[in-house]
Amino acid sequence: MGVTEKHMSRDKKKRPPAGQFITTQFNSLLGWARKFSLFHYPFVTACCGMEYMSAACAHFDIDRFGAGWTRFSPRQSDMLLVVGTITHKEAPVLRTVYEQMTEPKWVVAFGTCAVSGGIYDNYAVVQGIDRIIPVDIYIPGCPPRPETVLDGLLKLQEKIQHQDQDWRWKKRTY
Amino acid sequence: MEEKDVLERLRERFPAEIKEITRSLGDEAAVIDKAALLPIVTFLKQKPEDYAMLLDLTCVDYRGEKPRFEMVYHLFSLTGRARLRIKVRLDENDLWIASLTPLWKNAHWLEREVYDLFGVHFEGHPDLRRIFMWEGFEGHPLRKDYPLRRSQPLIRLKD
Repeated sequence: MGVTEKHMSRDKKKRPPAGQFITTQFNSLLGWARKFSLFHYPFVTACCGMEYMSAACAHFDIDRFGAGWTRFSPRQSDMLLVVGTITHKEAPVLRTVYEQMTEPKWVVAFGTCAVSGGIYDNYAVVQGIDRIIPVDIYIPGCPPRPETVLDGLLKLQEKIQHQDQDWRWKKRTY
Repeated sequence: MEEKDVLERLRERFPAEIKEITRSLGDEAAVIDKAALLPIVTFLKQKPEDYAMLLDLTCVDYRGEKPRFEMVYHLFSLTGRARLRIKVRLDENDLWIASLTPLWKNAHWLEREVYDLFGVHFEGHPDLRRIFMWEGFEGHPLRKDYPLRRSQPLIRLKD
């Protein structure tokens, strides 16, 4: 009788079978989670907005890459899309929007005007938004094709995956 | 005989004030005296001519020429389906011209634009201040002597 009990208790101590847990680094787990849940805020000021709409809607569909959720509040978004020409008059607004976004946040300069001022080398236009806020991805084109936008989005995802992820709130300096 | 066109009628009515008339491919323009602007456009706006619409109002900087600036008024007659340009040369030292706001409401913002970008002052304008550039902006950026790459940023730019 005592022998039987011993055998039963040994059978109950089952080892967990292989394949039911994964090992990964916390950093790459966070990167994987963040790159596929990019909420974006479109800061649309010019004609590039048409291409943004085209890329965001069903035909090209950036939702396939996990960036389909457009938030019209900077406080709810991770990815700031600066779509179009930024003038000196608008620069304080753009910086305020950037500062209102919560960490982690990424900035995409969408189109030639946002990248470098484009053809508007004059008194009114900021020569590239990286003079106001830090930029992660530059998408060239006047305006860029939706394929270029998708390519830029994939590049950003790759960058996020390989970044050091802060999981505590940290103030970035720029 | 052909009917007289608007430029000839204008010249008959204001013989001294019309300095020059030009026609080119249906484009009719008259260069007039600065003091005669209000009487002439009032005459053109009223019934027989009926140029009731002010399409645009702008300025040109001919840097180097003697009357440096030129105001250009584009008028359109809805009944006559005709366009007419009125030009006024302005000297650099006397940048004052009568405002068209009593005649056309849309001259309000157009004249503010010209004031902002060229520095032309309008006599009788109800609220003459900058419309595009911000307060504290120095100079008038569409003048030819405004430096090409001079920018006046509102916030400190990273360089």
